[in-house]
Amino acid sequence: MAAPNSPPQTVAAARTRRRPFLESLAHLRRDPTTVVSAAILVLFILIAIFAPLIAGDPTALNPIRRLGPPAPDAWLGTDQLGRDVYARAVYGTRVSLIVGGAVAVLAAIPGVAIGIYASMNRVGGAIVMRLVDALMAIPAVLLAIALAALLKPGLPTLIIAISIPEIPRMVRLVRSVALSVTAQPYVTAAIAAGSSRSRLVFRHILPNTLAPVIVQATYAAASAIIASAILSFLGVGTSPEVPSWGGMMADARGFFRFNPELMFYPGLLLSVLLLVTNILGDRLSDALDPRKVTQKMP
Amino acid sequence: MLRYAAQRILAGIPILLLVSLFIFSLVHLTPGDPALLLAGDNASPAQVDEIRARLNLDQPLWRQFALWFGDAIRLDLGNSIYSGKPVTELIGQRVEPTLVLSTVTLILTVLIAVPLGAVSAWRANTIVDRLAMGFAVIGFSVPVFAIAYVLVYLFAVRWGVFPVQGYKPLDEGMLATLHSVTLPSVSLALVFAALIARVTRASVLDALNENYIRTAHAKGLGAPRILFWHALKSVGVPVVTVIGIGFATLIGGVVVTESVFNIPGIGRLTVDAITRRDYPVIQGSILFFSAMLILINLVVDLSYAAIDPRVRG
Amino acid sequence: MTNDSDPILDVAGLSVRFGARTERVQALDDVDIQVRRGEILALVGESGCGKSVTAMAILGLLPKRTARIDARRITLGGTDLHGASDRSLRRIRGNRIGMIFQDPMTSLNPVHTVGGQIAEIVRQHRGVDRRTARSRALEMLDLVRIPDARGRRDAYPHELSGGMRQRVMIAMALACDPDLLIADEPTTALDVTVQAQIMALIADLRRDLGMSVLLITHDLGVVAETADRLSVMYAGRIVEEGTVGTVFSRPSHGYTAGLLGSLPAEGKRRQSRLAEIPGAVPRLSDPAPACAFADRCAYVTADCRAGVPPVVHPGPGHRCRCIRPDAVYADLSQSDIVRAWQ
Repeated sequence: MAAPNSPPQTVAAARTRRRPFLESLAHLRRDPTTVVSAAILVLFILIAIFAPLIAGDPTALNPIRRLGPPAPDAWLGTDQLGRDVYARAVYGTRVSLIVGGAVAVLAAIPGVAIGIYASMNRVGGAIVMRLVDALMAIPAVLLAIALAALLKPGLPTLIIAISIPEIPRMVRLVRSVALSVTAQPYVTAAIAAGSSRSRLVFRHILPNTLAPVIVQATYAAASAIIASAILSFLGVGTSPEVPSWGGMMADARGFFRFNPELMFYPGLLLSVLLLVTNILGDRLSDALDPRKVTQKMP
Repeated sequence: MLRYAAQRILAGIPILLLVSLFIFSLVHLTPGDPALLLAGDNASPAQVDEIRARLNLDQPLWRQFALWFGDAIRLDLGNSIYSGKPVTELIGQRVEPTLVLSTVTLILTVLIAVPLGAVSAWRANTIVDRLAMGFAVIGFSVPVFAIAYVLVYLFAVRWGVFPVQGYKPLDEGMLATLHSVTLPSVSLALVFAALIARVTRASVLDALNENYIRTAHAKGLGAPRILFWHALKSVGVPVVTVIGIGFATLIGGVVVTESVFNIPGIGRLTVDAITRRDYPVIQGSILFFSAMLILINLVVDLSYAAIDPRVRG
Repeated sequence: MTNDSDPILDVAGLSVRFGARTERVQALDDVDIQVRRGEILALVGESGCGKSVTAMAILGLLPKRTARIDARRITLGGTDLHGASDRSLRRIRGNRIGMIFQDPMTSLNPVHTVGGQIAEIVRQHRGVDRRTARSRALEMLDLVRIPDARGRRDAYPHELSGGMRQRVMIAMALACDPDLLIADEPTTALDVTVQAQIMALIADLRRDLGMSVLLITHDLGVVAETADRLSVMYAGRIVEEGTVGTVFSRPSHGYTAGLLGSLPAEGKRRQSRLAEIPGAVPRLSDPAPACAFADRCAYVTADCRAGVPPVVHPGPGHRCRCIRPDAVYADLSQSDIVRAWQ
């Protein structure tokens, strides 16, 4: 194996002990770090939804107020085109959350389907895994940049470009979980007793993949938020008019020496969102899956 | 050992072939006609056809791939549409900064992450552990370019200790080079170290519960000896594995960091080529990074045998 | 308990408690153990009764954060171990007390050579150079009768069989000529034939090197063959103690009687079922102020639950915590094992 390998401890631990899903989650309610992180995430979601109510127009140009100081109608000042930095930061939440959420779903669904297929079909599985190896040998960010740049620009492209490199990781995870479930004596017994394939999938494999997939999807969301910021920062993400944190940071580069705050506001928001997402991923992982089957990517 | 090495190397070849197929299809199945782009707005249809023929774009796709791949294994990756120079030459010119940046980052990372993770495990659930892992989660979450700008602001703009941007090649002296890559390397290493430290901690924590650690205690060995000689060496495999996995992320970070610090490496080359739709350069540089990644993971696989006698078989 | 003038290891009043406020476990309760110079003392009991905890407490290897250790006295040849600093304890571990563990498959570090692991302990305590330590490793491998010791010195643990690994563990434990060897179930994980070889090796080395051995085991057969004296432990307390001859010929505690009953008698090795002691080991979380064995004992009376039984002396050097030692003996006096020892 020359492509990136999954670390030994992730190679599908036999998951003998499965705590009831909701019970594990209820347990988290008493952990203050989890509660605070979840609250911050909810706050971000509310900000994204109610952006028009709490901020002005993020795209309105005001040439005479370029790089202006904070003012009553622009709490954080204005950028190089005189746009309201506060409004742009508020609206920028939308791109990050949409990309994060969409990628988590778009990586999980094909990932689960392909992963289960790969675990059940010997030849097909081998082919799929070689393809997965190859896809993972291409640095994810580069793949996303290339896809985003070569397809038609826009939010859907951004989401697809970031989802594709996330799928192979999900496939690997699901396949390894599915294989370990299939190897359990009670599942082998069910197969021997003539249990149907669909019953095997829906009764045994899917429920067992649920927890690790949720955890992995959380990490995929975090990684997608970073990737979308990187893409916007490099100028291959959404179009410049759509406010995004990565785009704001790209804009701020030219004025960094004298207006570093233009860089730090979006950077800080981005970092906080990623921090709470990662913390929630970690806590979910600890709570749902004592043997930690997921692979984590920053 | 030799057979093991040969097996690993042979396993890498089909992957590289698949990777090049992916990269080729990526560029050729996406909308847009490179010939039109290259010819410019004022070209006549005949000129466009001529360019198309020169780039083999009039051939069926499988033949285009065969031709491209045949050239690629002879290290001919075509010419840049933008500058007309051979892609191999462009990559050759840009390879030094990227390699220096990656190497320095890797060394820094290991120096930070491994002791941090090991000590965290040794002092698990104490304040030391919490601080270290808190740092790791933060390092994990803050995007590399945000860290980079914080460091630039402090060390370059405010205190002027390091340059804001730029790269000094190795022929200007090793120290000058290191000075110029300090901020980019530290930014990258902070992110990368977070990942490695977490895995090191988890692995060492497992190892510390092993019976042979109890034996080491019963032998009257001191804490450093037990931690670094007995626990750490036995977790070499997972730690090295995650270094290999993390390298994929590191390469992404290198691309961004080169852009932030204006370092003329292959990351910059790639980003510039993508914005200019310079297909041969895009193909060539992504192939370069993938080959680098495959090579790193080959080294990782081979190092297993050096670390763990059980792998040698 | 005894007044022996010169025990090499002298443990008195050792109590160990685990856990925090909510769930406490009394693992050891007022344990006395003396190992005399040159003898093999067997510490016998079922798994979970506190045998290994005793060994770890002596070595100071229990986790400091969870274990609370109280003792009137833990001394090794006059050196205090109970109040000793971590530093001085480290100088004793591996140097004056060697320890071998139950599972040789996992007790050796898989990524270092066996020779290196033996040399390490020599270098740690003797401060000798690498070469001297290496030749000492070879010497030790020879001593524990590993064939082709020179070739095996550079082998990794996974390349050796279980028996060979346990020999390596013994070589390592003895490399610094310790006064005391603690062997915690040294043969449990091994094949039956290998078990006998390892026990014979330990017995021979004790004779040749003149060291003392604290042998932790649940196997009374092993005790009968190798030990000089035995201490029987039940639920964290020593319930009976004496020479192998006195205890086997005059068992006086219900638990010892039960253990002897589950020992296949000489000549009856093919007996299809061993007698079992009914019931389960009590939870150690709240030790009752009574005989802990009362619930499982065949000789129990109401008085057994009235308080912790006092120590009685059924014979010279024979001590027992039971209020009905004579009833126990009377019942067993005609059994094959007891008769064989009389």
